[in-house]
Amino acid sequence: MRVFLSLVLACLVWVMPALAQNGPLRIEITEGVIEPLPFAAPDFVSDNAAGADMGRKIAEVVAADLTGTGLFREIQPDAFISRVTSFSSPVQYADWKAINAQALITGAVSVDSAGKLVVRFRLFDVFAGQELGQGLQLVGTQDGWRRIAHKVADQVYSRITGEAPYFDSRIVFVAESGPKDQRSKRLAIMDYDGANVSYLTDSASIVLAPRFSPDGERVLYTSYESGFPRIYVMNVGSVQRRVLESQDGQMSFAPRFGPDGRTVVYSVSRGGNTDLFRMDIGTGASTRLTSAPSIETAPSFSPDGTRIVFESDRSGTPQLYIMAASGGEAQRISFGQGRYGTPVWSPRGDLIAFTKQSKGRFHIGVMRTDGSEERLLTASFLDEGPTWSPNGRVIMFTRETQGAQGSASLYSVDITGRNLRQVPTTTGASDPSWSPLQE
Amino acid sequence: MTYLSKTFILCAGLALAACSNADRFGDSNTVDLNSSGGAGAMAGTAQDPASPVYFQQTIGDRVLFQVDQSTLTPQAQATLDGQAQWLLTNTDYNAVIEGHADEQGTREYNLALGARRANSVQEYLVSKGVAGNRLKVISYGKERPIELCSNEACYAKNRRSVTVISAIPSS
Repeated sequence: MRVFLSLVLACLVWVMPALAQNGPLRIEITEGVIEPLPFAAPDFVSDNAAGADMGRKIAEVVAADLTGTGLFREIQPDAFISRVTSFSSPVQYADWKAINAQALITGAVSVDSAGKLVVRFRLFDVFAGQELGQGLQLVGTQDGWRRIAHKVADQVYSRITGEAPYFDSRIVFVAESGPKDQRSKRLAIMDYDGANVSYLTDSASIVLAPRFSPDGERVLYTSYESGFPRIYVMNVGSVQRRVLESQDGQMSFAPRFGPDGRTVVYSVSRGGNTDLFRMDIGTGASTRLTSAPSIETAPSFSPDGTRIVFESDRSGTPQLYIMAASGGEAQRISFGQGRYGTPVWSPRGDLIAFTKQSKGRFHIGVMRTDGSEERLLTASFLDEGPTWSPNGRVIMFTRETQGAQGSASLYSVDITGRNLRQVPTTTGASDPSWSPLQE
Repeated sequence: MTYLSKTFILCAGLALAACSNADRFGDSNTVDLNSSGGAGAMAGTAQDPASPVYFQQTIGDRVLFQVDQSTLTPQAQATLDGQAQWLLTNTDYNAVIEGHADEQGTREYNLALGARRANSVQEYLVSKGVAGNRLKVISYGKERPIELCSNEACYAKNRRSVTVISAIPSS
């Protein structure tokens, strides 16, 4: 599925983060932002009639991406003094300063003779009276207009925060419907902001916990379609799938890719005992990683592929452990009060996100890889299953409400613990997995 | 968008394929005691000791577990003694032992816990003489609660194993 085969970064030099650091327009996220940075994103100018509607829609998506971070605040168009009617005419800084727009995003949209959507944009530091970075041109299919908008927003986010971006990414998740005791579940995929949902399986069998490959093109998941829980790998583009492991008399679940995209680590239950295994999915050869009478599950690789964090109840309650990717001795890292599960290593390597159950409440939290500096980011009746944004700034997870009418939905939260938001989905939704940034 | 239409066609194909592939062992031999129509489809009545209905309703097809536990209470053992006796008498049937958990706990941990519970039932039945190859185990984790409230009254009933009887195919 290459919607974006022809994404062309035409003309212009890629902007180095160092360049952005020279300007005063800068959000230092690590210091914690209390006041969101005000920006203006007027409708992108249409260079020809074919692009007319697109100009407004793209500006809206760019603005929604930025405000969704909690770091930016959009100034509503009715406050604008200047109108942007031409992409190339000089910016009237005073007019934007007057309405306190610290950043100004302008753009132009056209459809070329081949039917491709061409989008150009510029970012201005209004108070410094200069352009921030250089203009950029993006080319893609008209159907893929939202991706182009996300790419524009990614550029703006990166230039102002100095952080890697994450808007042009997707979520694979489980779409849910029906009451709790007859819930039907389908594998589904959508843009990170809930747009462009499509379904990858029907609802005939229970499906659980899909996980993206490092290239975003395949998904591992657990399905009951054989009658027993087994791990499948699906190509997201073709929707072709195959079972990974189907030994009679055992169940396999909780799969996750290693950073090489070939190695898969997962749980196998046999004779009531659940242990961790790894498999080379090219050859199908598997290796046992743990052999303890306790439950070992929910494994996740470190980004360099050398270590695995997982959940085990060997101490009597579920806790988090780290071992070498080849197995062997494991170090316990969680020591707080409560039960810990579903650890996920951050893409930056420095943090582990987890689910914690304590005093009848569930939390999503993060800790350093040695277990220090534990911070709980959320609290509810049932929060579980964190997944990291590609840049390691945001965590998405499942929140389920209680009682007979209880249902699941997706939420995201910044790793600072701020900006808790529900991700819009048309059905119930659980078990999100965040793709890498798309090429 | 050609991608979308392609996805649709493939999904439709999946749907058809799945229809011929029932959720458990599949097909008419499975007596699904959890589904609403299941009991009606079963041969026999609660008065007929050789019937699956008798197994389900008179002996009891389920046993309950304590929080995080897979050990069998004396009450559970009594139920399982009856199940073992029935299976030893009615050799035309096999069984699938389902392990279930309540909604407290993560999805993965509950799958593993359900496997533990189903296995401890299987081991007990085998210890009473039922052939291991007549019994299969499956864990549903917290995916299939029977009671919907979010408190201990419901949780206690959801932490269960269910022994699902199926006729051995006659070939």
